[in-house]
Amino acid sequence: MSEKQFDYYLKGEKGEYEVVIGLEVHAQVLSKSKLFSPSETKFGSEPNSQVSLVDAAMPGMLPVINKFCIEQAVKTGLGLNAQINSFSKFDRKNYFYADLPQGYQISQFKYPIVGEGKVILDMPYGTKEVGIERLHLEQDAGKSMHDQDPNNSYVDLNRSGIALMEIVSKPDLRSPSQVGEYIKKLRSIMRYLNTCDGNMEQGSLRADVNVSVRKKGSKEFGTRCEIKNVNSIKFMQQAIEYEARRQIDVIEDGKNIDQETRLFDTKKQETRSMRSKEDAHDYRYFPDPDLLPLQLEEGYIENLKKDLPELPDQKKQRLISDFKLSSYEASVIISDQAVSSYYEEVAKNSDYKLAATWLMGELFATLNKEGKEISESPVSAKNLAQMINLIKDGTISGKIAKTVFEEMVKHDGDPSKIVEEKGLKQTSDPNEIENTIDKILSSNQDKVQQYKSGKEKLFGFFVGQVMKEMKGKGNPRMINDILKNKLK
Amino acid sequence: MSEIYNLTLCQIIEKIKSKEISCEEVTKSFVNRAGKSKKLNCYIEDTFDQALKKSKDQDNKFESDKKLFGAPIAVKDLFCTKGVQTTASSKMLEGFKPEYESTVTSKIWNEGANLLGKLNCDEYAMGSSNETSHFGNVINPYKNDKDLVPGGSSGGSASAVAACLTSATVGTDTGGSIRQPASFTGTVGLKPTYGRCSRWGIVAFASSLDQAGPMTKDVKDSALLLEVIAGHDDKDSTSAQNKVEPFSQKLKKDIKGLKIGIPKEYKIDGISKEILNLWEKGVEVVKSLGCDVKEISLPHTRYALPTYYIIAPAEASSNLARYDGVRYGFRAEGKDLIEMYENTRSLGFGDEVKRRILIGTYVLSSGYYDAYYLKAQRVRRLIKNDFDEAFKKIDTILTPTTPSSAFAIGENIDDPIAMYLNDVLTVPANLAGLPAISIPAGYDQNNLPLGLQLIGKPFDEHTVLNNAFAIEQSINFKSNFKDWWM
Amino acid sequence: MTITKNTVKKISKLSRIATNEKFEKNMIKDLNSILKFIEQLNEVKTDNVEPLASTVDQELIKREDKVSLMNKKKDILSNSPADNENFYVVPKVIE
Repeated sequence: MSEKQFDYYLKGEKGEYEVVIGLEVHAQVLSKSKLFSPSETKFGSEPNSQVSLVDAAMPGMLPVINKFCIEQAVKTGLGLNAQINSFSKFDRKNYFYADLPQGYQISQFKYPIVGEGKVILDMPYGTKEVGIERLHLEQDAGKSMHDQDPNNSYVDLNRSGIALMEIVSKPDLRSPSQVGEYIKKLRSIMRYLNTCDGNMEQGSLRADVNVSVRKKGSKEFGTRCEIKNVNSIKFMQQAIEYEARRQIDVIEDGKNIDQETRLFDTKKQETRSMRSKEDAHDYRYFPDPDLLPLQLEEGYIENLKKDLPELPDQKKQRLISDFKLSSYEASVIISDQAVSSYYEEVAKNSDYKLAATWLMGELFATLNKEGKEISESPVSAKNLAQMINLIKDGTISGKIAKTVFEEMVKHDGDPSKIVEEKGLKQTSDPNEIENTIDKILSSNQDKVQQYKSGKEKLFGFFVGQVMKEMKGKGNPRMINDILKNKLK
Repeated sequence: MSEIYNLTLCQIIEKIKSKEISCEEVTKSFVNRAGKSKKLNCYIEDTFDQALKKSKDQDNKFESDKKLFGAPIAVKDLFCTKGVQTTASSKMLEGFKPEYESTVTSKIWNEGANLLGKLNCDEYAMGSSNETSHFGNVINPYKNDKDLVPGGSSGGSASAVAACLTSATVGTDTGGSIRQPASFTGTVGLKPTYGRCSRWGIVAFASSLDQAGPMTKDVKDSALLLEVIAGHDDKDSTSAQNKVEPFSQKLKKDIKGLKIGIPKEYKIDGISKEILNLWEKGVEVVKSLGCDVKEISLPHTRYALPTYYIIAPAEASSNLARYDGVRYGFRAEGKDLIEMYENTRSLGFGDEVKRRILIGTYVLSSGYYDAYYLKAQRVRRLIKNDFDEAFKKIDTILTPTTPSSAFAIGENIDDPIAMYLNDVLTVPANLAGLPAISIPAGYDQNNLPLGLQLIGKPFDEHTVLNNAFAIEQSINFKSNFKDWWM
Repeated sequence: MTITKNTVKKISKLSRIATNEKFEKNMIKDLNSILKFIEQLNEVKTDNVEPLASTVDQELIKREDKVSLMNKKKDILSNSPADNENFYVVPKVIE
């Protein structure tokens, strides 16, 4: 199957380079209230309307942890095939910023709740395993806005204190497309688990990208740069391409890479050094004395494991074995849980092969065109299944089905009714078909002669003419059979 | 008859409940006296008018089931009080009016007491003499030829109780801030077991050490106030789930057979002869009460203070990061955010606070964390182990509270280490999280009060209080300052 | 260790406290004497001793995932030195 080979090496003047990438993904935990306070977590509310005394770090306020956020982190850990740590701790990461009210972020430094795991990516050249270093829980910061006023910045603390999972990968990624697949895979796992909505436009999923380069074949890592807070797959890929190229140029100039934090400028599509972050950050991590260590019992973890829903990788295997899908079809369908549920509903009630063809063909094209998610599909799974059944039982032809489908898109109609009303039903009356064939053959005697003297390609021409005469409603299989007989 | 303000908290409540005196009379008595005692500088802010009004209402709507019914109580200005300025004695919080009430003070008002005002203390509770307050020194009602400090950080609270400017109060104790000023003013100060009282709504100094506790005229008042303020709080993750006993009702002076340890390491260098004599007197008293007195060893005692001066500043440096001029409190000008931060924190904090923030930042910073902070946490374990070991054989530990009596204002202000040494005997109980009480036990040759300290097992305040009560009854200490400031 | 002028500058920067000559001079003196005092701990053997962060011996308290304190906008902003249209306002952040 792996006809293609991995080939993302960048050429410099002095040889080829391999790009080494590690990601720190920040995924917002799906929960009603914040990690350490009972304020709401809704997106897009009025400024400072979801801020409790704790989130605003009023004097004497104390954090109390949200049980559900712990559960969400453990579930995500299990979804990443990772070690769940029965003992973890919360630390304070100290730094000053306008949208960090406490003057520290509560995070997990030394003892994270989740340890090593792995994620499998499907690449055109086969599977690629990406190691997970750790996953830990931490507080999100608020939001500073700098454009409202020439002299001032505005601060909204609605996001302050929302639970984040920081998922740190090992430096196992080697190309922008692997990074794209990795993010999609993480997102899909978390959506299956309902632990993060993965909405990148709203910032529920964003990443710091660590990039370094090394000569192809080298075993040593180069010096890395961290590109902060990139919030779309496209930007991550652009940033990596730019940054890798920049680093190669520096190295080939005989200079050294400075280990630094950089920012991706989405307009100029380049990364630049963040000077303000450079002045020797020293986060002074230490265990948060307002909290105690978090201990998880074996039974608790086991119960969560038992109740875990079917995850993308498992589902893919099942689709391949139950529905005889190709690995490619299965991986497209499982990448989104809603798509896979849709598919399963159609497949179970009609024909699994046709279901895959129609889903990945016509329906995806329609959704794409209309910019809609599967959850907003104009054609319900039930109706699509019915339409496929009409094809299967010969009521309509595959070709007519396209017309029916177009009608369904307009107003999610019942396909049988559409066929009825528009008179699209297929003709399977052998007499009618035979009459039509006779008519076509007699008015094309010259072509019949040519066919009989060996120009067999003309068979398609006759089918087309018959179909046209029958306004597309002739049963294609019957036309084929009868025509073959007549031309013998 | 004696003035109302001279009565203990328990006596006042008893007289109110028997309708011998009215709530209003009680409040008036304290308001008048506090009004004439401004020189002591105990109050940063008073709420006399509201208190008088409430006491009048209480006389009309009698609630005899409430434990503190009608008691006027001022509190250390580290407790957030809803709608009433809360400053932690810092310029940083001048004018700050919380929209919430601390758990401890809520419990006090729920039992029918009324807020009389907010009491001066060292800035952010950092100090042992109440000289670091932005609102000026507090003066001890006891004096010799000079004005004396009341101790700290709960200095305003201690002076106010001693001088009868409140019926009782609550303070906080991180390294001795309740017990040392109690000792300097001839009052009773109890630091409960860490986790006994909720820290919610108390301006934080060092979270793993801070603990609120009663400061009162006598042990019975202390027991009563403790049973009101103790208890689990869902809003404080370090709050203990242990049951709260009716300490004041269970108080008894028969402590025959109690095993009391005398730690030999507490005879530190530089401790005054008079303190040693007092300690010996304490030993004689408990022996005469039928206690079994044993010498014990707490080998790491001398490392408690250095340990404390790593852990407390480290936690403080982080706890005080929220005072940044953004959301509340003082803000200085600055051309950009960073300059605003730096100016705000430079002008808003006093020198001692800045010293501790800097030392705390240093011991946590990269390259020094292991050598200082982690090392201190390891020694803290050894100190706790010393106590655990000792408590296998004894019930309480008897020591002096302070190495000296109250000193003159300005005497130690230029030497941080000399100032820190005030807490040398009180700090170990904080590091080990143990309950400890200071009770007045006598006078030195200058007629200044001296205190004895009793340290107990975790959550065994009951035994500590009984032991203190028995000594108190036996020694029968009487305050003897004159109202020289009026 | 010794605290130098550079150390004072560095930790003041980390703590966001403005300094001047006089402050630095005083702090060098005070902090060094405190440092000397706390370095007494070097005498203690602590090999294999677990650090003790808290004396509380119980499980971490957890709360249910419930929303309360719905809108505390007024409470949150009532003490603020500067706000506008429900935002906190601070001098420009320079990135």
